[in-house]
Amino acid sequence: MDKGKLLFVIVAFAALAAYPFVAGKFGVDLVTKIMILAVFALSLELLVGTTGLICFGQAAFFGIGAYATVLLSPESEPASVAWLLPACVLLAALYALAVGALSLRTKGVYFIMVTLAFAQMAYYVVHDTTLAGGTDGIYLNAKPALGAWLDLSKPLVLYAFCLVSLMAVFGFLAVLLRSRFGHALAGIKANEQRMRAAGFSTYPYKLAAFTISGALAGLAGFLFAVKDGYVNPELLSWHQSGAVLIMIILGGLGHLRGALIGAFAFALLQELFKSEAVFGEFARHWLLGMGLTIIVSVALLPRGLVGVPGQLRARLLGARPQREASDD
Amino acid sequence: MTLAIFLIQCLNALQYGLLLFLVASGLTLIFGIMGVINLAHGSFYMIGAYMAYALAPWVAASLGGGFFTTLGIGLVLAVLFGYVLEWAFFSFLYEREHLQQVLMTYGLILVFEELRSMLVGDDVHGVAPPPLLAGTLPLGELMTYPVYRLFISGVCLALALGMYFVFTRTRLGMMIRAGSTNREMVQSLGVDIKFLYRVVFAAGVAIAVLAGMVAAPVSSVYPGMGSTVLIICFVVVVIGGIGSIRGALVASLLIGVVDTFGKVLLPEAAGVLVYVLMAGILLWRPDGLFRAG
Repeated sequence: MDKGKLLFVIVAFAALAAYPFVAGKFGVDLVTKIMILAVFALSLELLVGTTGLICFGQAAFFGIGAYATVLLSPESEPASVAWLLPACVLLAALYALAVGALSLRTKGVYFIMVTLAFAQMAYYVVHDTTLAGGTDGIYLNAKPALGAWLDLSKPLVLYAFCLVSLMAVFGFLAVLLRSRFGHALAGIKANEQRMRAAGFSTYPYKLAAFTISGALAGLAGFLFAVKDGYVNPELLSWHQSGAVLIMIILGGLGHLRGALIGAFAFALLQELFKSEAVFGEFARHWLLGMGLTIIVSVALLPRGLVGVPGQLRARLLGARPQREASDD
Repeated sequence: MTLAIFLIQCLNALQYGLLLFLVASGLTLIFGIMGVINLAHGSFYMIGAYMAYALAPWVAASLGGGFFTTLGIGLVLAVLFGYVLEWAFFSFLYEREHLQQVLMTYGLILVFEELRSMLVGDDVHGVAPPPLLAGTLPLGELMTYPVYRLFISGVCLALALGMYFVFTRTRLGMMIRAGSTNREMVQSLGVDIKFLYRVVFAAGVAIAVLAGMVAAPVSSVYPGMGSTVLIICFVVVVIGGIGSIRGALVASLLIGVVDTFGKVLLPEAAGVLVYVLMAGILLWRPDGLFRAG
């Protein structure tokens, strides 16, 4: 990681830490949501950007984490974060392990579709049966806590908890990508056959990446359920899988920063187009603005928002855009 | 389950399967030949259904025509629409990665859905079948079967046969088949591949729109109908093998049967069954049933 990137990450996290001191209730709530989405986006970035596995069913792991949070919590008293959080992450990871073990037998577009199919299965189980509240969703009666000092029903405590989680996930992935394991994943993305020829059995590596990714998505799901205090089947729908994929592509694939930037850009654009102060009557049709922005960004930013400085530099200096080293 | 009910369900399964085939065949062609993952394909089905709803009063007022005139006008509009869309958006996507295509076509879905919401609103609407086909056929002693559903199956079958003919017996079909096997070679033999792409894309759009228009009287028109169809069609394409028309036909019929009978026999699990089928088939044959090329 060169100095510029490191500086960006440090400044970004410092800004997030300072934000609650200047923001109101609405701002804290919004940024909490965005940080949760960023954790979710990072989980997918490990698969898509790092390993080259395009998973179109990430919402299933997110949703399972969220539903587990609500279903495992006791009826009326707050659950302890100390066991609830690991339990939710573990459940999501177990589902990811099962899905990964089966779907990693396929490749390319087939892999995209199989992961989607498994996510749809989970969606329909929640949506059509009475096991988990059906289409109405369920409320979380008491938000989990840990002792007196970590009460997640307080917005500022939750904000801090989400920030720490985001930093932990970011740091974990940054270290992971520099490890031997991470290099193996990058190798699989670049040329899987060559990796196999070099003596790597690639399947266990891919399966491990898939499971870790599912676990991290489960963490995001846990945070989301705690924040909203309510879960519904839409959390597992393919729109959710699509949205998180859009976030990391918009941000720029192959960079952890990309997932962070993408989550912020996506959520802020959504807020912008939904705001009646800016668009008035038209705010009802906010998806139109989102759609047009996405189309324009594909046309103009083939490498995502992360690639913008490089493109600008190329434009201003007249040099050909340098091919960035594909992975950091 | 009596014989009459069984027969009715079989006809329903056939009709649903054939309808799916119409939408999925365009999807599999566009993917097989141009290498573009088109998430917006389901929107064309939605657009077709809404055209059947929105054009009908206008056609009746200005041309005095009925259902079939509306179909014809819709088809012409669809071909034009597909041609322009390919020129404006999709011609940029051939050289891009699959993920970029997913992103762009996802954006298109949002745009189409919102435009639909602005133009027609978000209500559910019914569309009346043409009076000529509104009756029912007696089936057994107590049951009847709507003629219009048979008409849908007939239209789909005719289109499927027409497609088969174009593919196997005409020069255009030969170029399309060659283009899906080796793009560069076809181009170097002097075929205008850009034009070929545009034709295939416009045809794919037109077929999906037609499917939507024909289905509208049975399914009614509602927001979100496009994405429901899209996901099922992806399942069809993947089960059948990407790029294979024959595979798409077999897979659509299979899904028609599984979904229709699933809803009757196991209503709780009906939503899941199709995906279980897909996962099972892919674990058995990771490249689908009939892989092209």
